[in-house]
Amino acid sequence: MTSSTVDTMPVARAAWRTHPLVKRSAPVVTIVAVLIVVWYIGAVLMNLSLVRGGFEREEAPYTTMELLEGTMSAERPLLPAPHQVVGAFIDGVFGYAPTAPRSLVYHSMVTLSATLLGFALGALLGIVLALAIVHSRVLERSLMPWIICSQMVPILALAPIFIVVLGAIGLQGLLPKSIISAYLSFFPITIGMVKGFTSPDPMQMDLMRTWSATSRQVLSKLRWPSAVPYLFASLKVAITISLIGAIVAELPTGAEAGIGARLLAGSYYGQTIQIWSALVAAAVLASGLIAIVSYAERKVAQRMGARS
Amino acid sequence: MTLLVEPVRMNSTADAEPHIYQSTVTRPVAVDVSKVSLTFDTADGKVEALSNVDLQISGGEFVSFIGPSGCGKTTLLRVIADLQQPSSGSVTVNGMSAEQARLGRNYGYVFQAPALFPWRSIEANLKLPLELMGFSPTEQKQRAARYLDLVNLTGFERKFPWQLSGGMQQRVSIARALSFDPELLLMDEPFGALDEIVRDHLNEQLLQLWAKTRKTVLFVTHSIPEAVFLSTKIVVMSPRPGRITDIIDCNFRRDRTLEIRETPEFMAIAQRVRTGLRAGHSYDE
Repeated sequence: MTSSTVDTMPVARAAWRTHPLVKRSAPVVTIVAVLIVVWYIGAVLMNLSLVRGGFEREEAPYTTMELLEGTMSAERPLLPAPHQVVGAFIDGVFGYAPTAPRSLVYHSMVTLSATLLGFALGALLGIVLALAIVHSRVLERSLMPWIICSQMVPILALAPIFIVVLGAIGLQGLLPKSIISAYLSFFPITIGMVKGFTSPDPMQMDLMRTWSATSRQVLSKLRWPSAVPYLFASLKVAITISLIGAIVAELPTGAEAGIGARLLAGSYYGQTIQIWSALVAAAVLASGLIAIVSYAERKVAQRMGARS
Repeated sequence: MTLLVEPVRMNSTADAEPHIYQSTVTRPVAVDVSKVSLTFDTADGKVEALSNVDLQISGGEFVSFIGPSGCGKTTLLRVIADLQQPSSGSVTVNGMSAEQARLGRNYGYVFQAPALFPWRSIEANLKLPLELMGFSPTEQKQRAARYLDLVNLTGFERKFPWQLSGGMQQRVSIARALSFDPELLLMDEPFGALDEIVRDHLNEQLLQLWAKTRKTVLFVTHSIPEAVFLSTKIVVMSPRPGRITDIIDCNFRRDRTLEIRETPEFMAIAQRVRTGLRAGHSYDE
């Protein structure tokens, strides 16, 4: 080892540490690693008695290693180990044709279509209600309590009623699920947009008045653009709630397809790994939806002259 | 960033002349305020924002309203603009009621803050009132260009408000108020938030603008030098109840420059304004 290599070694280490990629991802990687370790420990502890019981029933001798291995590869563990969940998720996504009933892609698409329709309906309803509330004090006083009440009733109690009532008038499949999803997602949009539509500065409102603008002009030229940041904030909340609404709507109805159906089937048959992989699918879906809304938000903000 | 002036009549004779400018044109009454009172109901009881205010302003004048806070100067401007209704009395603007005048877009209003719409470019901000009033797109573009030029902001069309300094933003808002060519310009402490250097500069520009466009200007201010420098008439107001205590004529030449602030005539008028303010001010706080 020459003196020069000795000299450069600390420098090289410092360069590795300050690399932008490392700096950016190191905190995230660390936290994920810690979580995975905690998860493994949890899996071992929770599944221990189950596995031990299995060995003892068969009266087979077992070593500690076998016991540990068993806790991470049980078929129906209380808490599946991370690699089991990831394995089942990857298998569910890539292991089957996208239209196969065992494919997670298939179930995700079923839930996604209900989510998107419900989100669109909810956004529309939310904005219309906000407009009505902003333009009429009477409507504000008569509508607002009902809007708030609507969110106090647990959706799990309401969903079967919705399905039965809508089924009685011949609506089945996608639409009832979307309606439940819309029922949940309109709320943050109404609240956000009421705030947004009333956010213009009093001076800006006075200006519109000095130009004797009509209330429709005030809406299109001032209230609506002022509300855009609020719109995106509430859309982000609403789209995840739409997804939850769609999944919840699949639970009490014995739906045959969808992420909710996978959760339900998994819990019927004690297929915990299946439940967890369906949950991962829901999380992936939710992040994707939020990413799309955030992207739209950035694009719109750029067009509206936001500081970059 | 200099002048937007008609040729300045600065020659050797100008110095020989007194600085007093006699208005020869008598124009019809632009604003007629008659026995206007306005009482606000607040949590602490009734506040008389305006009490029995009488005021006539002829067309083409530059009238400043000066007084301590709470004297009702902004309220009076808002009443004239039909942004607030008086409890009693009447206001006529260009021979119409205040409401008719507002609906007929008879005035442009400039607030303390520029109140530009942050999502609109400077040009789009200027076009906003024109869009509302149904000007054709070509006319909108022409007018936006013309009035941006008038306030020396040509080249900033595509910028957004946050990219401009406070003074520039306020100039945009003045251009916006003028863009639909109203007869009357109502300005509520438009330069209050700006530093003194920018303020002096904008005062000169405003004066040139006024000389050029011959608008009637009603201008609320806190500053005595600003009022004396800009006005043909200074209305001194005092609070509790809000009322007019003095009206001072101030006829310097229209093409006055900042240098007149050093002249004895200017000092004399400033002194009278100061005396009026002091007399009307109650020190019971």
